[in-house]
Amino acid sequence: MENKEMKKTGVSQMFRSLLSRQIFIPIAALLLLAVFNLVTDPSFYKITFGYNSAGDPVLSGYLMTILDYGSELAILAIGMTLVTAATGGQDISVGAAIAISGSVVLRVLCGTNSRPETLQAPIIVAFLISCVVAMMFGAFNGVLVAYFRIQPMVATLILFTAGRSIAAWINNNELPIISEPSFGYFGGFIPGIPVPTPFFIAAACMAVTALLLRFTNLGLYTQAVGINENSSRLNGLNPAFIKFLTFVLLGLCVAVAGLIKVSRLSSINYSVIAKDIEMDAILAVALGGNALSGGKFNMAASILGAYVIQFLTTTLYKFNVQSDALSAYKAVVVIVLVVLSTPVVREWLSALWKNVSRGQQGKEAA
Amino acid sequence: MRENAILEMRNIHKSFPGVRALQGVDFTLCEGEIHALMGENGAGKSTLIKVLTGVYGKDEGQIFLKGMEKAAMIRSPQDAQRLGISTVYQEITLCPNLSVAENMYIGRTSGFCQNWKKMNEDADKILTSLDIPAKASQQLASCSIAVQQMVAIARAVDMDCKVLILDEPTSSLDEQEVEKLFGLMRDLKARGVGIIFVTHFLDQVYEVCDKITVLRDGKLVGEYEIETLPRVQLVSKMLGKELDDMSDIRDESLVYEQKNGEAPVFEAEGLVSNAGIKPFDFYINKGEVNGFTGLLGSGRSECVRAIFGADRVLGGTMKKNGNVVKITKPIDAMRNGIAYLPEDRKRDGIVGDLSVRENIILALQVLKGFFKPFTKAEANQFAEEYIKLLGIKTASADTPIKSLSGGNQQKAILARWLLTHPEYLILDEPTRGIDVGTKIDIQKLVLKLASEGMSVTFISSETDEMLRTCSRLIVMRDRKVVGGLSGQDLTQSKIMSTIAGGEKE
Repeated sequence: MENKEMKKTGVSQMFRSLLSRQIFIPIAALLLLAVFNLVTDPSFYKITFGYNSAGDPVLSGYLMTILDYGSELAILAIGMTLVTAATGGQDISVGAAIAISGSVVLRVLCGTNSRPETLQAPIIVAFLISCVVAMMFGAFNGVLVAYFRIQPMVATLILFTAGRSIAAWINNNELPIISEPSFGYFGGFIPGIPVPTPFFIAAACMAVTALLLRFTNLGLYTQAVGINENSSRLNGLNPAFIKFLTFVLLGLCVAVAGLIKVSRLSSINYSVIAKDIEMDAILAVALGGNALSGGKFNMAASILGAYVIQFLTTTLYKFNVQSDALSAYKAVVVIVLVVLSTPVVREWLSALWKNVSRGQQGKEAA
Repeated sequence: MRENAILEMRNIHKSFPGVRALQGVDFTLCEGEIHALMGENGAGKSTLIKVLTGVYGKDEGQIFLKGMEKAAMIRSPQDAQRLGISTVYQEITLCPNLSVAENMYIGRTSGFCQNWKKMNEDADKILTSLDIPAKASQQLASCSIAVQQMVAIARAVDMDCKVLILDEPTSSLDEQEVEKLFGLMRDLKARGVGIIFVTHFLDQVYEVCDKITVLRDGKLVGEYEIETLPRVQLVSKMLGKELDDMSDIRDESLVYEQKNGEAPVFEAEGLVSNAGIKPFDFYINKGEVNGFTGLLGSGRSECVRAIFGADRVLGGTMKKNGNVVKITKPIDAMRNGIAYLPEDRKRDGIVGDLSVRENIILALQVLKGFFKPFTKAEANQFAEEYIKLLGIKTASADTPIKSLSGGNQQKAILARWLLTHPEYLILDEPTRGIDVGTKIDIQKLVLKLASEGMSVTFISSETDEMLRTCSRLIVMRDRKVVGGLSGQDLTQSKIMSTIAGGEKE
């Protein structure tokens, strides 16, 4: 009896400590969605093994889709989390920047011809050039925010507006198509490996991020600057440079996501590619329980948040929600999730749990 | 209730996770009385005030107000205001970009329409009746801090308050302004308002208060008539022990011996920054404690900020041990062994959401470099060492620093700089808004550090504190260095006359 009770308080204590942890929010959202799908249609979780048109083994199913597309978002969420932490604002130009960097990749691969038989440059070179370009555009945003002290959302509005035109201009408004199959690996499957490549790319990005946070002071500095800029400066930091740096890092994330995006199609559609992805990336940060006003952040929660968003999108697609109507449904779900994650509600939930467990104990004792 | 009492709090209990902030505290306030609420940081003063004003709910206990049969239910600050309990906080909580009248009436006009003319007239009437030097139509930001504070009080008074709580109202005022504020308080007292006065300044308590209630560790120590409680006893009651007398540390002699021929550790010539100070010269020797003194706004902080590179330096040269060094931003100063504890702890000192540990290691970490973070074990070791050394009261090193009391935050910031082992430590108002015990700790620490060879510049609004610690004072007036005092000249009266500019005549 006593033992049982102790175990009970242990569990309830664990629950409460989890409730107060930041990562609880995306985990709870994930569980909610998972249970919902399990109840309505367990076939959601079916994964089938088959062969794609090129004859390579692939795993397919809704979960694979989530893993695939959620990975792009997770990569962006990494950069967005850093920008949010340091500047207390968000970059709304990442979708447009992906268009630019994707366009750069295609331009380098195609050279002057828009339908080349063979690649005009190695893919790695094209990718590195797109990295440089995307980081330059990140730097442009960073300079506006850090040195001219323009609000991030306003500063990035410029690129948000102009980005897709710039992307089209880079390729003379032509639609280049790459016929080389190996270019499709980045957004698809590597022959012989049945798991979508974007997942591995995202995993690599996460590993690099983890190393950065572990072996440099990136985390401490961005948080300190985001919480108290004055104090950071008096401790010898250069807040403007750190804000600038986060935008450049986000640029790098954009280049990686851009490569995946153009690889999926082996082509580009300037007005549609990565449309509205900035909103999903920002949502991922928010869903991870990070304050959009900056300061402390939890990278793992943001990344998990990205996959949760994709989980939601895929669930909605499965229910045949029209893509026009998708955002409305998404908004409703997001409102619920975000309200549930506010401190007010969490405190209330925590108190409720306390009462319930106390009541049960009382009953048992009686 | 006691006769002519307007407020009685009985057996108030309040706990926070891990802390019993109030344990059965009683408090009685009479009509027309100025009642000091005293205690060290963490004694429970703020909690008691917050319970009274409805910011916190109480766990147990009752609050009675005059003219009410039953115990009052105060669940929110609005409830408190309705019952005639008003608070004026240390930090001004008005809107600086609105006019004085708007600030006085904001949030308490009914309906959508507003008779602006009448509002301004009403406001002017109150301002005149309280003898506050402000116009109703003036923008609040254009008033001095003291006047802003008075406007906050006028707002409270006009809301028909019976109980007025002043939480550290004087900490950012200079002496004249404090006098004005006291005049206003006495005036209100004559009108029958009960005033609860929370402050760290003992002088001020003895100047205006009628009664003192002392709290310690969340418990009531007692309520005393001011005449029956000499200062020494008050302090010992607050600390809960016989004070190892404040004058003791003075005896640890401040004789500073100048070693001949040795260049000063730091020397500034014609230093000037964009903060509006006149160019000034400055030097400090090894193991010396000096200080900047002057009225509030005389440019004391701006001088040390220029030395540290915190403001933009526009001209002048800095020398370290006789060699010219270039200091244009804080990191330069830090690399040259200078540490600076800023005046405004909240704005410039703490990084609120970060843990005590991260706050302590921050400066050393920045010095060490971006690519060389301390391991968790190292960071913990540093933090634990200094938490113990300075006696920082915190639940753990992981606690966010913002949840610590003011004095403990200050100690953590001090720890941050001591950890960098500076050659020259600048302390700008290190004792502001913290309790007597910690003040003495800090003064002692300064003297100890100096005896170990550290050079220290100590700035404080309390002259006796400076006299106790500094061996040389630099006097400032109107953003200009006007004199230096040392040895025999280090007396209260000599400082006053130099500040006032008497030596010119």
